[in-house]
Amino acid sequence: MSTGFFTDTTLCIGCKACEVACKQWNELPSDGYEFTGNSYDNTSQLSGTTWRHVAFVEQMHVEETTIDDRWLMMSDVCKHCTHAGCMEACPTGAIIRNEFDSVFVQPDICNGCGYCVVSCPFGVIDLVNVFNAEASGAYGLATLNDQRLDDKQTAVQATGGVAGKCTLCYDRQTLGMTPACAKACPTESIQFGNLEELRERANARVESLAKRGIEASLYGAGDVGGGIGALNAFFLLTDRPEAYNLPVEPVLPSTRQPAGYTAAALTAAGLAIAGWMIFRNA
Amino acid sequence: MPGLGTSFGRGGATVWVPDLAHADCILIEGSNFAEAHPVAFRFVMQAKERGATIIHVDPRFTRTSAMADVYAPIRSGTDIVFLGGIINHVLANESYFKEYVAAYTNAAHLVREDFVDTEDLHGLFSGWDEEKNGYDVATWDFERDEHGAVVNDPTLQHPRCVLNVMRGHFARYTPEMVEDVCGTPRASFLKIAELLAKNSGRERTTAFAYAVGWTQHTAGVQFIRTAAILQLLLGNIGRPGGGIMALRGHANIQGATDIATLYDLLPGYLAMPSALRNEQTLEQYLKSTTKPSGWWANTPKYVVSLLKAFYGDAATKDNDFCYDYLPQLTGDHSTLPTTMAMKDGNVKGYFVIGQNPGASSQNGELTRSAMERLDWLVNIDFYDNETVSFWKREGADPSKIATEVFFLPAATVVEKEGTMVQTSRLLQWHDKAIDPARDSHSDLWYFYDLGKRLKALYAGSNDPKDRPILDMTWEYDHDDPHERAKGEPSALRVLREINGFYTATGEQVKAFTDLADDGSTAAGGWIFTGVCPDEHTNHARSRSGDDSTSLNWGWAWPANRRTLYNRASADPDGKPWSERKKYVWWDEEKREWTGYDVPDFPKTKAPATPAIPGGKGLDAHSGADPFIMNVDGKGQLFVSGALKDGPLPAHYEPLQSVVRNPLYEQQSNPMLRQWDRPDNAYNKAVDAAYPYVLTTYRVTEMSGIMTRYVPWLAELQPAAFCEINPELAVEKGIKNGGWVTISTALGEMEARALVSGRLRPLRIAKGQRVHQIGIPYNYGSQVAFARGDSVGDLIALSMDPNVSIHESKSLTCNIRAGRRAPRHSGVVDADVPSSERTTMGQSSALGPEDLRDPAALTHHARANDGKDASHGMRQMGQGDRPSPEKGA
Repeated sequence: MSTGFFTDTTLCIGCKACEVACKQWNELPSDGYEFTGNSYDNTSQLSGTTWRHVAFVEQMHVEETTIDDRWLMMSDVCKHCTHAGCMEACPTGAIIRNEFDSVFVQPDICNGCGYCVVSCPFGVIDLVNVFNAEASGAYGLATLNDQRLDDKQTAVQATGGVAGKCTLCYDRQTLGMTPACAKACPTESIQFGNLEELRERANARVESLAKRGIEASLYGAGDVGGGIGALNAFFLLTDRPEAYNLPVEPVLPSTRQPAGYTAAALTAAGLAIAGWMIFRNA
Repeated sequence: MPGLGTSFGRGGATVWVPDLAHADCILIEGSNFAEAHPVAFRFVMQAKERGATIIHVDPRFTRTSAMADVYAPIRSGTDIVFLGGIINHVLANESYFKEYVAAYTNAAHLVREDFVDTEDLHGLFSGWDEEKNGYDVATWDFERDEHGAVVNDPTLQHPRCVLNVMRGHFARYTPEMVEDVCGTPRASFLKIAELLAKNSGRERTTAFAYAVGWTQHTAGVQFIRTAAILQLLLGNIGRPGGGIMALRGHANIQGATDIATLYDLLPGYLAMPSALRNEQTLEQYLKSTTKPSGWWANTPKYVVSLLKAFYGDAATKDNDFCYDYLPQLTGDHSTLPTTMAMKDGNVKGYFVIGQNPGASSQNGELTRSAMERLDWLVNIDFYDNETVSFWKREGADPSKIATEVFFLPAATVVEKEGTMVQTSRLLQWHDKAIDPARDSHSDLWYFYDLGKRLKALYAGSNDPKDRPILDMTWEYDHDDPHERAKGEPSALRVLREINGFYTATGEQVKAFTDLADDGSTAAGGWIFTGVCPDEHTNHARSRSGDDSTSLNWGWAWPANRRTLYNRASADPDGKPWSERKKYVWWDEEKREWTGYDVPDFPKTKAPATPAIPGGKGLDAHSGADPFIMNVDGKGQLFVSGALKDGPLPAHYEPLQSVVRNPLYEQQSNPMLRQWDRPDNAYNKAVDAAYPYVLTTYRVTEMSGIMTRYVPWLAELQPAAFCEINPELAVEKGIKNGGWVTISTALGEMEARALVSGRLRPLRIAKGQRVHQIGIPYNYGSQVAFARGDSVGDLIALSMDPNVSIHESKSLTCNIRAGRRAPRHSGVVDADVPSSERTTMGQSSALGPEDLRDPAALTHHARANDGKDASHGMRQMGQGDRPSPEKGA
């Protein structure tokens, strides 16, 4: 069965319960205590140890009589692409597609080369530094529970040095449980389930919002283009994707390979010809 | 919560949280609902999905505003004008719910002829005594016939009937006035007023939700009164999707109030005996506290049952059930006066549990330096915090501090069993998941152990003064041998005692209607009677929800009623107001009240039952009087005498405000209480040195010490910050993310700047531009991952006259770019003239006075004005009104 997330931004209250629930369940460390000044967003982006990230977009128009301000919030996550750049780039086969159709990193096979990091069209996957339990102190990281290492198999449990991202709570799913973020969401902004059902629900939601005069669109429920296909974690947005820092035209790096190889071949041919021309006279 | 209590009869939210989903419109004001109560907010979102209109009125555009259909900005502290404006709007347009108002409120009561309104006395009500600096409340009563019965005019034509008195009182609260005072654009205000009117009546209901944004003001009780009046006018109390939701900030705040952490209450909202009233014997006490009519006529049953629960077999009819064991009030012993007394060396010991006053109290430095004067401090907590470590704070000299500090490890919620009562008055049991770590114990363990030790210390004593401890019932040993071995008491035994039992058989009492005043029953908190109706049942454990009222999920006081005053969901004849808003109704066939909820009314009292003039208890009410706790069974639009600062709400500016009161000559609440002394310095009203409005709040990600240590939460809001709008930031050269220093007459704090258009500059009367600055309340500067100066350090102590709550939501301040100077040690003794210090024997700064007797209160306040009193507390009166010259 293909499962995924439908994240409806019109229901997101920006509470960040998803971020916390994800870190708690997956025993991920804090990324540091830095005040950014960027609205209420102090974790800034998805990382190897931040697998849900709530973006805050302030759209304030300080006119005195009419008030049409908006504060958009969106919980971002790994998209679990139909054609995943990270998976294609992985030279060791550490990144696989599991029985839930999710893109999953096997930390015991990953060698930490980082090719996946630059191959993700959405900037999701990242390397996790080697974790030093003693140096990080009692509060730097949630306890690494030995008994849970086998269940979880995440980059952090492998003590770092490898790539990390959302597993779509693979361990919870195998037990029939809802992923931690969706479970914690108080307003059902994050919905988990069978992808077909989620897509139907999302389309119906766009229609019902339209009846209330709210213009909304889906991002990733269908093919996003660029060779990526549909996203198993897709979004309902009320502004253009770039307002939420989502790429308008994401591209799978491998789709550029034919052109790249052709250019390389042509260059090689050109150089060969040039060499032949030069050395012919010698 | 006397704002709700004096209006409706009970000091609790009138509705339960999931019922918000049934509202057609929700007005959220004085609350940042989505951020402070994100889980409860799901029901607001459900209402929105069902087509309800969500309105948010707030000084800041918050995450709640982002979810609302309509947002309106407001100058902090002006909510009485905003809501008063809506009252005026619905009265002027005759858009109130006429049948409801006529039948269920005191609109028809005639007010005494000698009552004079604020309109005619420049902002004061009649009865103001300049000499005594206080009110004589006699004129705030109703006209009565020769038998003492209130005179009514059911036609609502008489100029002195409550409805018409209100028309006059609120006549100047016009949309123009709202714009001039609140800074709310007129169009936004009118839109909201119309939405409320449109979504009320037979077919539709509007719910209100508020939190500490309304309470923490020097006129806080009157803010809530204004909302209560409006909801009564719109006919929204006691009906599904209506009511007033008082949101509580912590899991068990409601429970703590119910079971009497407040100094002037005994469990179940019974009054604490007072040495200042004539309450020396049980008979005198009962005479003083029992109401002739309404539900409180039952007071003696609850008091005697409580004393039987406290003192067991030792309490007999012959010894007044040990009534004289109870301590008696000698003044205002609430938090702020006690802190002030501590600062002046009059408090010896201090237990701090589940709180961090060193970081979260107002006038933080006074609070921390007050702890230097203690002999001992006991703190029970999970973590090191700014309270227990006050002696090593910035600028302090530990070698000069003699306080002995005991720091005891607390068990977390998953490490102990027990109940919590949440905002819907819902009692929910939680089991223990794991044993507490190492030496940690539940709070219950600490107090059970302390009690046992005290009993052992006094064992064998024949001294009568030791009897209260020796006679105290103290048997809560756990049934589970594992817990018993660790000395953990049984929370269930405590709950069973609170529920109550028959003293002869030990059998559980099933309902509070079974409690008696002869000693045959014991109950530790009568409002909870029924939660454990027999030996095997604990309804707080019930976990069976449904799509209706979920009566089998948890247990709500009183009697498992979810919506209070729900008799009002039916018309006077007992029929639902409409099919759509059907909730509780009279079943003519069965001759009883029935519906989706437990009726908040005598089950078989027919709607046509006439009131018996002069009848006792509920006999004095008719079958159409839904507010059973009140003497007359009606919702109180006009409150006679029970509140100290007026029978109707009138707008006063906060003590520290940026403008003169545009409505009345009276600047601030004449009855507000303050300590004007060097270690509690105030900004003057309209002070050019402090030109900006300052408001405070909390954010979702942080609570306090509990969250500041959690890395996953600390990274989300890692530092104290200050929200300012871009216009002011440019003017002051403040960079987003950079440091700023915010100052008041009391001191300075530093924080990181968060520059945002969410803090909209307001334009008020005469084109004056008002900038509002917001600072969250979550931080402390000494410990944990998330740190920063506490905004409490900027807030001087002042109090509302009714509940002694501090004013920390609307203040004034100044701001500059850059960091503050290093701190020196706390305010030294020499700074406070001895004439302004409290002295021994006056355990509170207020001094001996009757809390319910404003005349007594003002006597002392006046004495202090004469500079001959030994305590430092003053009231703001006419004589104290800052003159414009001083202000400028």
